[in-house]
Amino acid sequence: MAAILTIRDLRKTYDGGFQALKGVSLDIEEGEILALLGPNGAGKTTLISTICGITTATSGSVSVGGFDNVSQFRQARALIGLVPQEITLEPFTKVLDTVTFSRGLFGKPARPALVEDILRKLSLWDKRDSRIMDLSGGMKRRVLIAKALAHEPRILFLDEPTAGVDVELRKDMWEIVREMKADGVTIILTTHYIEEAEAIADRVGVITGGELLLVEKKEQLMARMGQKQLEVQLTAPVEAIPASLAQHNLQIVNGGDALLYTYDTRAERTGITTLLNDVAEAGLVLADVQTRESSLEDIFVGLVSAGAASEDAA
Amino acid sequence: MNWTAVATIYKAEMARFWRTFLQSFISPVLSTSLYFVVFGSAIGSRIQEVDGVEYGAFIVPGLVMLSVITQSISNASFGIYFPKFIGNIYEILSAPINFLEVVAGFVGAAATKSLFIGTVILCTASLFVDLSVQHPLAMVAFLVLTCLSFSLMGFIIGIWAGNFEQLQLVPLLVVTPLVFLGGSFYSISMLPPVWQTITLFNPVVYLVSGFRWAFFGQADVPVLLSLCAIGGFTLACVGVIWWIFKTGWRIRA
Repeated sequence: MAAILTIRDLRKTYDGGFQALKGVSLDIEEGEILALLGPNGAGKTTLISTICGITTATSGSVSVGGFDNVSQFRQARALIGLVPQEITLEPFTKVLDTVTFSRGLFGKPARPALVEDILRKLSLWDKRDSRIMDLSGGMKRRVLIAKALAHEPRILFLDEPTAGVDVELRKDMWEIVREMKADGVTIILTTHYIEEAEAIADRVGVITGGELLLVEKKEQLMARMGQKQLEVQLTAPVEAIPASLAQHNLQIVNGGDALLYTYDTRAERTGITTLLNDVAEAGLVLADVQTRESSLEDIFVGLVSAGAASEDAA
Repeated sequence: MNWTAVATIYKAEMARFWRTFLQSFISPVLSTSLYFVVFGSAIGSRIQEVDGVEYGAFIVPGLVMLSVITQSISNASFGIYFPKFIGNIYEILSAPINFLEVVAGFVGAAATKSLFIGTVILCTASLFVDLSVQHPLAMVAFLVLTCLSFSLMGFIIGIWAGNFEQLQLVPLLVVTPLVFLGGSFYSISMLPPVWQTITLFNPVVYLVSGFRWAFFGQADVPVLLSLCAIGGFTLACVGVIWWIFKTGWRIRA
């Protein structure tokens, strides 16, 4: 599918000399959900702010739907909706007014029916005449989303949409994101919750220290980077690993009731067949076998610590 | 020009004005009435006519200018500072609009509010003194230009201010003294010669003088000079704002 957003060698150095982005290049395909994963201070918000025009890039280019985000900022920005990380809403305005305001600000003619539709989808319609200050934190986040959607953007940026949000609301938020994707909106979200990326993203980008370490399809990433573990449960416990099984680097778990085998899904041969043959030959009887996949979190921690280590070395 | 966006900002800013309508309306009416009671009636009755105009009437243009200038600055500076303070300025920065449209919305609304207040004060004043306006068109022009130029200045202050104290600083330390010493309550011909010269460096003198000319047909400085002064000031403010948006000073990292 064609890229709707093209970022080339984007760099940002703040006045104080802090280099927040160190040459980020990225293509985002129309209709996908991309999760940008990274620790605090990785450059996620700077990247989004630079694309949206809140921060000026030091160098590099951003093209949105084929429009340069600086020289053709009107066309480029019209395609983008932004949900900021912080709850930044004028406390005294009413829900309906502030969402209508957002549409007008983007130069779109009033469409009350559309605004109503957005508010209904986000369960805000009943609150349309409430003042922002009277809403709960979760409702305020929904208002921010409604504001971003009011001008019918094709790309939606969600900067840490579920930071500090309870589990229930987080699930709601994911549902909302999936619905927006179904409506054809391209979604880029930043998060430091692995669970979030794992739950909703099509692709995952890992950013740290202002650099994009990788961008990959979520499944591919997990398959490529992932280690799997096979737990061989035994009918009778063992005290030591039989010498004939030493080559498999097994661990004894569950007080001897099971043997744990770690293998790499990237390897040509996983070694499972040989292992199971050897286990049988050693006279052990299998009760059950189980496999476990490493989560994105394990992958992420591995990547970020490797990135930090290489930086220390340099 | 994205007129829908301009109208949207303008309406949102005006909505704030209507929300606080009572205080926006009552405070200038009250303060003007107090000025008239004190300067017009209590003290004014002991002051002879100034340049052939009864003192109570003489101070009207100055009083209107005083309020209009203060209101323009405070409305416009607050209008742009508030979104900066709350953080929802992100929306304006990421919208497909240029600096002219942002300024037109914010400054247009601030100027409208102070124009409204200026009119209210004129109406209040007419209850206390006999007012005649010799050059109505010039009067409206001066009033509108003053509202506009000082709203532009307020916009700059709002962008410059890093906290609420700074927001008050310029109006308090610079504008109020300039307005009070700008001939609002006296004719500069009443000053010693040295001070007459020094006063000419005060830009407010030109505004008050021109505005007073529109009412009574007499001025401290030539009317054309007054018009040039306010026109030049407006252009300077627009220039500064253009530079602010070009460089992103204090608004865009």
